[in-house]
Amino acid sequence: MELYQSTIHELQDKIKEGKTTATAITESVLQRIDAVEEKVHSYIRVMKDEALSAAADADKEIKKGDIKALSGIPIALKDIVCTKGIATTCGSHILHNFVPPYDATVVEKLRAAGAIFVGKTNMDEFAMGSSTETSYFGPTRNPWDLERIPGGSSGGSAAAVAADECAASIGSDTGGSIRQPAALCGIVGMKPTYGRVSRFGLIAFASSLDQIGPFTKDVEDCAIMMNVLAGYDRKESTSVNIEVPDYRQFAGQDIKGWKIGIPKEYFVEGIDPEVKAAIEASIKTMEKCGAQSVEISLPHTQYCLAVYYIIAPAEASSNLARYDGVKYGFRAPASELLDMYKKTRMQGFGAEVKRRIMIGTYALSAGYYDAYYKKASQVRALIKRDFEEAFKKCDVILTPTTPTPAFKIGEKTDNPLQMYLSDIFTISTNLAGIPGISLPCGFTKSGLPIGVQFLAGHFQEGKLIQAASAYEQKAQIEKRRPAL
Amino acid sequence: MKLTAQEVEYVAHLARLEITPQEKEKFTAQLNDILLYIDKLNELDTKGVEPMSHAIGVTNSFREDNVVESIGTEKTLANAPDGRGEFFRVPKVIE
Repeated sequence: MELYQSTIHELQDKIKEGKTTATAITESVLQRIDAVEEKVHSYIRVMKDEALSAAADADKEIKKGDIKALSGIPIALKDIVCTKGIATTCGSHILHNFVPPYDATVVEKLRAAGAIFVGKTNMDEFAMGSSTETSYFGPTRNPWDLERIPGGSSGGSAAAVAADECAASIGSDTGGSIRQPAALCGIVGMKPTYGRVSRFGLIAFASSLDQIGPFTKDVEDCAIMMNVLAGYDRKESTSVNIEVPDYRQFAGQDIKGWKIGIPKEYFVEGIDPEVKAAIEASIKTMEKCGAQSVEISLPHTQYCLAVYYIIAPAEASSNLARYDGVKYGFRAPASELLDMYKKTRMQGFGAEVKRRIMIGTYALSAGYYDAYYKKASQVRALIKRDFEEAFKKCDVILTPTTPTPAFKIGEKTDNPLQMYLSDIFTISTNLAGIPGISLPCGFTKSGLPIGVQFLAGHFQEGKLIQAASAYEQKAQIEKRRPAL
Repeated sequence: MKLTAQEVEYVAHLARLEITPQEKEKFTAQLNDILLYIDKLNELDTKGVEPMSHAIGVTNSFREDNVVESIGTEKTLANAPDGRGEFFRVPKVIE
């Protein structure tokens, strides 16, 4: 097996045993990027020189015996997290030349843990999308079928891991933007509890829903990444100051006697038959692990998408008001201020971002607040209550991550509502603020990956690692790699 | 129709977006589809339900009021499309 194909824990073992170096690993990954990037387009920017220089530094430390949690591990960052001195575009024309003067907290933490940053990954513009097609820099392609989308909005981060262009990556998840692309690219992706990981330096989309999380090649790697990412940050007032467990200890523990909740509302029409079959097989696998499946109900499931498409655009319309051509980013020339604002935003934002700013502005405009934002926030409370009730009856919930496998590039770009429906199983998690994980559970006959999702109560990421790890070991999903 | 083309134009103005006649037409149709879908929420009686404003119920989060290092003028202006000296320069605001 090539170095670039290895998991974090495999690379760590090799480094510890002196069988490889950070430089050798980084070179291997950079060569892989050279070989496949033209086909996949995972990256907006590859940080070749920075990566090689960081690897050389890491090797000096390793030689001294100073081996940290991610020493020498090549990591890719979604281009939504600020990197000091390195352009951070959010996939948008309006930020195409923005160079942050500071690092996001997760970037600081990863760097302090020894990670080697290999690049900034492609994404839907301002994380608004489910396919990575709305990026100003062009679409990313699914490594399993280059005619298809990798999912989104963190499609570049997911494709980079699936195509072995990095060992692990960072994404952000507002309505499924980590879990949905993880499922469609056949890898592991976790959205932690709201408040578990600092959002400082994450370019804001919908602040009450956004959360940063990892993409990895297996569940143990997910635990390793969460150990680095999780924790309170005094710079981020919604991060929560409670103890962070060692997530790695949950991997490999059995789940005998656990109750696995199966929400009946998630098995409705519109779900692809091959996806349905794979999820039914996953339930059986959990039973073979000694768990018991129980039917539960999340009665407000059918309202999640409508709630999301008020709350997320409303918050986005407010968050994106800062892009006015004055302080940073793109400015369109104009002789008067108001005209400058309007032309800058017209030329700087793409269609999907404008559409959501428009919905959000309308929903928050005078006379409509009660009918839209307040109503949606009330239904959101009911959705959260559904989960609280459900977790009285089960340890974790099991659902499909997506209703279908990866769709074709261009298939849904003209129909926003159809595109929004691809997030139907992931959105409720963000509305309730709970954590979720997606991991591979099989392939369609045509060779596209399928993902299964586990959900748990607030701050129960450990339970997700435990359930996912038990599933991964028992299911033994065939280790395939995309033919690139 | 919940939203007329004229209202779409007004919302665009509120959002400080210039839109082309083609965009206006497209957005009017698409926003109406989306708002029609969102109408689904009116099936639910939410009388007396406290609107949820935060996922995990954190209350005010305070820290000590200490002076810490800031980024400084030079770095702050480095990204400005038109920064001069200590200022962001913009086109004229008043006649």
